[in-house]
Amino acid sequence: MKIALCIAFVTTMASVAFATEIPQSERRSGYSFMSADTKAMQDEDTANPGMLFVLDGETLWKRKAGSADKACADCHNDARVSMKGIAAHYPAFEKALGRPVDLEGRINLCRTNHQQASPFAYESRELLALSAYVAQQSRGVPIAAGDDPELAPFVEKGRELFMQRQGQLNLGCTNCHDDNWDKKLAGSAITQGQPTGYPLYRLEWQSLGSLQRRLRACITGIRAQAYDYGSPELVELELYLKSRARGMPIETPAVRP
Amino acid sequence: MARRPLIALLAAAASTAFAPASAVELRPYTVVGDAIPASLTRARGDATRGRALVVERASTCILCHSGPFPEQAFQGDLAPNLAGSGSRWTEGQLRLRLVDASHLNAMTIMPSYYRVDGLARVGNSWRGKPILSAEQIEDIVAYLVTLRE
Ligand code: HEC
Ligand code: HEC
Repeated sequence: MKIALCIAFVTTMASVAFATEIPQSERRSGYSFMSADTKAMQDEDTANPGMLFVLDGETLWKRKAGSADKACADCHNDARVSMKGIAAHYPAFEKALGRPVDLEGRINLCRTNHQQASPFAYESRELLALSAYVAQQSRGVPIAAGDDPELAPFVEKGRELFMQRQGQLNLGCTNCHDDNWDKKLAGSAITQGQPTGYPLYRLEWQSLGSLQRRLRACITGIRAQAYDYGSPELVELELYLKSRARGMPIETPAVRP
Repeated sequence: MARRPLIALLAAAASTAFAPASAVELRPYTVVGDAIPASLTRARGDATRGRALVVERASTCILCHSGPFPEQAFQGDLAPNLAGSGSRWTEGQLRLRLVDASHLNAMTIMPSYYRVDGLARVGNSWRGKPILSAEQIEDIVAYLVTLRE
């Protein structure tokens, strides 16, 4: 009887130990794991390759498009005012669809519904540029996604996906990003997987890339089937990651190795 | 500076490792206690090939482990150093650790290198195939037993 209780206790302890979230005081951006060189590249706008995309985004913001012949600016005016803090709340619940959409999804909804233009493809230069421009208006703003009570079931689904073991290597995101973020995978730091800087410039990609691109890379890395761009699962993962990073400042456009 | 797409490397070369597109038939094996005493191939592996496999990134070992591989600049620290494995474990114990480490520790992060069932959402190019072949497992076991201290 005593032994059974003991075993039950140990088992509970084990599952608790593996499922704990990173406490607020220990949350660290991928930035803090980087070399001084890479940090300097992110800090200095003239050296940050992501800023070229932001400038393109500013042009696109003002350019009329679609059969409505309207620019983003025609509805939202000056992005520096109207878009300040917006990216910190994404993914957000979209009533018409009954599910969350990420920033890229929102931009494409504006394209189709308000500009009557075709949506941009994921990872297209245009979509990266516009989302970088919009998110850059939230630089320094603390992440506050996932508060809407209607989002709760989607945050929970994202959490389950994060915890789930998958792929030929049978690993869950949590195995690396909750349990081993102070360690190295071969030579490279395993970060906490905090989505603070997206879209961001990765030296490995030689390009700006979205959070979905990063998630698909980690999923393929564990030899699991990557979800399609724009799929509900990727948006749910983004939403969980954003709620997990609550309070951390937005860095877009960040630079990563 | 060399920037290595690490997580991509985990996935690299896997599709070329096994020629047949169909599911691979696993050889049967018997677990005795915490070991698989008999060779999966009925033959002894080749330690030289085993070492080459361990340090090759596509095998994934040194993403997590470090070991006596001075020529390898990038080794992981998620797992014990492999130096001395052959002093700590018998050949049969090492074989089971490679074939299915989760048999010994259900919570382990070490992948099961010779298992195809009980896995979720395996990518198309890897589905139905073990991470390593029986021959590759035997080569690696033959190498690990030589790591004595
Ligand atoms: C085997 C270890 C491992 C697993 C499992 C893993 N990742 Fe990663 N992840 C990494 C490494 C290594 C990086 C690269 C760190 C860097 O250079 O930014 C990374 C980067 C990330 C980043 C970018 C962080 C930043 O600062 O930009 C996010 C977000 C992320 N992972 C989420 C996930 C999710 C979601 C999953 C599961 C679907 C997952 N990871 C599974 C190792 C892993
Ligand atoms: C994703 C991480 C990971 C990978 C990849 C991995 N291992 Fe491991 N390995 C571990 C961990 C963690 C342990 C510690 C025991 C446990 O958790 O089961 C371990 C234990 C071992 C041990 C026993 C070590 C000791 O002295 O106690 C050996 C031997 C070993 N691994 C060999 C290998 C070989 C060979 C490969 C590649 C074919 C490999 N491992 C791939 C994580 C990994």
